[in-house]
Amino acid sequence: MDLTFSESESAFRDELRAWFGENHPGAEPEGDEDRRYAWRRDFQRRLAEGGWAAVHWPREYGGRGATLTESAIFFEELGRSGAPLPANVLGLLLAGPTIMTWGTERQKERHLSPILTADEIWCQGFSEPDAGSDLASLKTRAAKDGDEWVLTGQKVWTSAAQYSKWCMLVARSDPDAPKHKGLTYFLMDMEQDGVQIRPLRQITGEPEFNELFLDGARVPEENVLGGVGNGWKVALTTLMNERAGLGFFLQVRLRQLLDRLIEEAAGEGLLEDPVVADRLGELHLRTEIVRLGAYRGLTTIEKYGQPGPEGSLTKWMWSDTNQRLTQLAAELLGPGALRAGDPWAYELLRARGNSIEGGTTEVLKNIVAERVLGLPKSR
Amino acid sequence: MDFDLSPSQREIKDVARELLAARSPFAKVRVAAEASAYDAALWNELVELGWPGIAVAEAHGGQGLGAVELAVLAEELGYACAATPFLSTATAAAVIQATGSDEQRARWLPGLASGELNAGIGTRELAADAAGAAVVLVIDGDETQLIAPPATGEFVSIDPTRRFATVAGDGEPLGPGAADRIRAAIAAEIVGVCQRALDMTLAYVKERKQFGVPVGSFQAVAHRCAEMLLHTESARSSAYYAAWAADADPQLLPEAAALAGAAAAEGGPSVAAGAIQMHGGIGFTWEADVHWLFKRAQLDAALLGGAKRHRAALARLAAAKVRQPA
Repeated sequence: MDLTFSESESAFRDELRAWFGENHPGAEPEGDEDRRYAWRRDFQRRLAEGGWAAVHWPREYGGRGATLTESAIFFEELGRSGAPLPANVLGLLLAGPTIMTWGTERQKERHLSPILTADEIWCQGFSEPDAGSDLASLKTRAAKDGDEWVLTGQKVWTSAAQYSKWCMLVARSDPDAPKHKGLTYFLMDMEQDGVQIRPLRQITGEPEFNELFLDGARVPEENVLGGVGNGWKVALTTLMNERAGLGFFLQVRLRQLLDRLIEEAAGEGLLEDPVVADRLGELHLRTEIVRLGAYRGLTTIEKYGQPGPEGSLTKWMWSDTNQRLTQLAAELLGPGALRAGDPWAYELLRARGNSIEGGTTEVLKNIVAERVLGLPKSR
Repeated sequence: MDFDLSPSQREIKDVARELLAARSPFAKVRVAAEASAYDAALWNELVELGWPGIAVAEAHGGQGLGAVELAVLAEELGYACAATPFLSTATAAAVIQATGSDEQRARWLPGLASGELNAGIGTRELAADAAGAAVVLVIDGDETQLIAPPATGEFVSIDPTRRFATVAGDGEPLGPGAADRIRAAIAAEIVGVCQRALDMTLAYVKERKQFGVPVGSFQAVAHRCAEMLLHTESARSSAYYAAWAADADPQLLPEAAALAGAAAAEGGPSVAAGAIQMHGGIGFTWEADVHWLFKRAQLDAALLGGAKRHRAALARLAAAKVRQPA
C-alpha cells in the first residue's frame, strides 16, 4: 500500500501544472453556447499543439503513451486549473480508444488525427427514446443497400451534435437476431440530409443535448467499426472508457464546489451552527470517499488491466454527493441561490442529471448486486 | 499509487481469515459471549503467533510491522467477531510504540507483545478491556493519557463479546497522533464487522426463498445489499487511508482518522442493521448470529466517540483549508 505518486508522476504533474499556468484559456466567455464551444475548441487546439490533448493515447497516434495514473493526474490538473473539458472530449475519450481497439488501419489513419486536433468533432448515438438503461433494445434500423447502409430511427441525449462531423452510432442491422447480436457500430458522417438535429432543452433551460432524427442517412460499408453484428461488443469498449479519466476531473470539480460552498457559508457566519457544520462535514467525508474510491479504481485497472464493477460505487457516491451538496447550498445560501442565472441555481438543476446520465443509480445498484455481490438477476 | 494491500499484507489477511474461521466460528463466539468470558484458548494461540505485537519493534519483542498490518488483523478479528482482548492490547502496544517515550516503550512493550500483560483502550466513560488491564490508553479530547494501573468501574454493555469499563485515575500523556491511531484501528475492526454482516446477508438472501424465488432476486433486497456494500467500502477506503497515513505521512493522519471515524461510526451500525433487516424475522432472534455484529458495531462506534464528533472535526479541517489554501 502506497498512496504517494512516484517521482516521475510528480514531475509529470509539475510539468502539466506549469503548462496550464502559461496556456490557461481564461474565464469562460459570456454569450451563447456557440461562443463557449468555440472557446473549448481553441483550448483543445492549444492542448494538441502542446502534446497534451490525449495523454493516454499511444505515441504513434499523437498521444504521450501516458500511464493510467498519469492520465488520472492530467484530468485532476485539468479540473484544478479551472480550464474546461476539451471540445472533442467524446472523440478523445470514447471514439479514439474504440477505433484504436476495433478499427482497421485505414480507419485509424483517417480518424485519429482530426480527433486530436478538434478539426473533426464526435458525438455519440447510443441512447434512444425507448432504449435508455436497456440500451440493447435499441430500434434504429440499418438496412444494406448496395455497398452502403441506410439508417432510419431516432437517437437522443446527443451532446455536441450540432458541432459534430462524426457520430459513433449503434443500430440494429439484423432485426431477426437475438437482441444483443443484431447490432452494428457505425462511424456516421453527420453532414448529410438524412441527419436532422433538434436541440433538447433540459431543466436548466439550456440545450446541452440534442435529438437526432435519421431518415435514410447513409453510411458506406467501410465505416462499419468492428464488423457487422458485433456492435454490442464494440459499444461496450466505448462504455468502458466512459468513466476512465473523466472521473478524476469530476472528483476535483466536486471538491471545488464544496470548497466554494464552505467559503460562502463561512462568509454568512454559518459554520458556527453545529447542524450546518455536521452536514458540511458529511459532504467533506463523501467527497474524500469519492477521491479515495477513484484511487482504488485506478489501482484495480493498473493491476488487473480492466476497471472493476466497483467503479459503479464511486459514480453512485459522486452523483449522490453532488446532489446533496447543491441542495444544501440552496438551503443555506437563501433565495439568492435560487435566482435564475445564479451559478448555484444552475448547479442545483444540473445535478439532478448526475444520477441518470452514465447509468442511473438504480441500474448501478443492479450492476453492483449482480456483478459484485453475485445476487440473482433481479426484476 | 498502490491503494491495495501488498502481497505480504494480503498473506497476513488470508492466514488470519483462515485461522479465525477454524478457531473462532460463531459457535465459539456464542459460548464465550454467553459466559461473559473471553476465548482463552484462542487468545493463547494469537499470543503465540505474535499478533499482539504486530506493530511493536522487534527490539521490544514484536513483529516490527506497522499500522496497516495492525488494521489488517483488526479487520479480520472484527470479521470473526472474536471474543479476545486483541484490539485493545495490540492497538495500545502499537500506539505506545509509535507515540510513547523510550521509557514507556521499555516499560510496557515487551509485556504487551508477549501477551504477559493486557491493555485497554477507549475513553474514561467507555474503555474496552480496561478491567484487569495493566495499562489503559484513554482518549481525552485530542490528547491521549496512559493510565497505569487504572481504577476501573463496572460497565456491562449490550456487547457480551467484549469487556468494558469506566476508567479513573491520572495518567501520563502520549505523543501526538495517539488518539488518531487508536481510532484508525477501531475503524478497521468495523470494516471487518461490516464485511461479515454483508457476507452473511448475501449467503442468506441467495438461499432464503419466498414467493418461490430467492429473496435476493427482489430489487428492494438487492439494492439494500448494494447500499451495505457502499458503506462497507467507504469505511474500508477511509480506514486504510488512515492506517497508511499513520506511518507513511503523519501530517495527513488527523484528517484521515476523522474520515475513518466518521465513515466507520456511521457505516458499522448501518450495515449491521441492514443485515438484521435482510435476515427478516430470524435476524431478530438470539439464535441467529447477526446480533453479535450489530452489538459489536454499536460499541465500536461508541469507542470512536460517535460519527458526529468526527464530522464536526472534518468541517473544521475543511474550513481551515479553504481559508488557507495549500
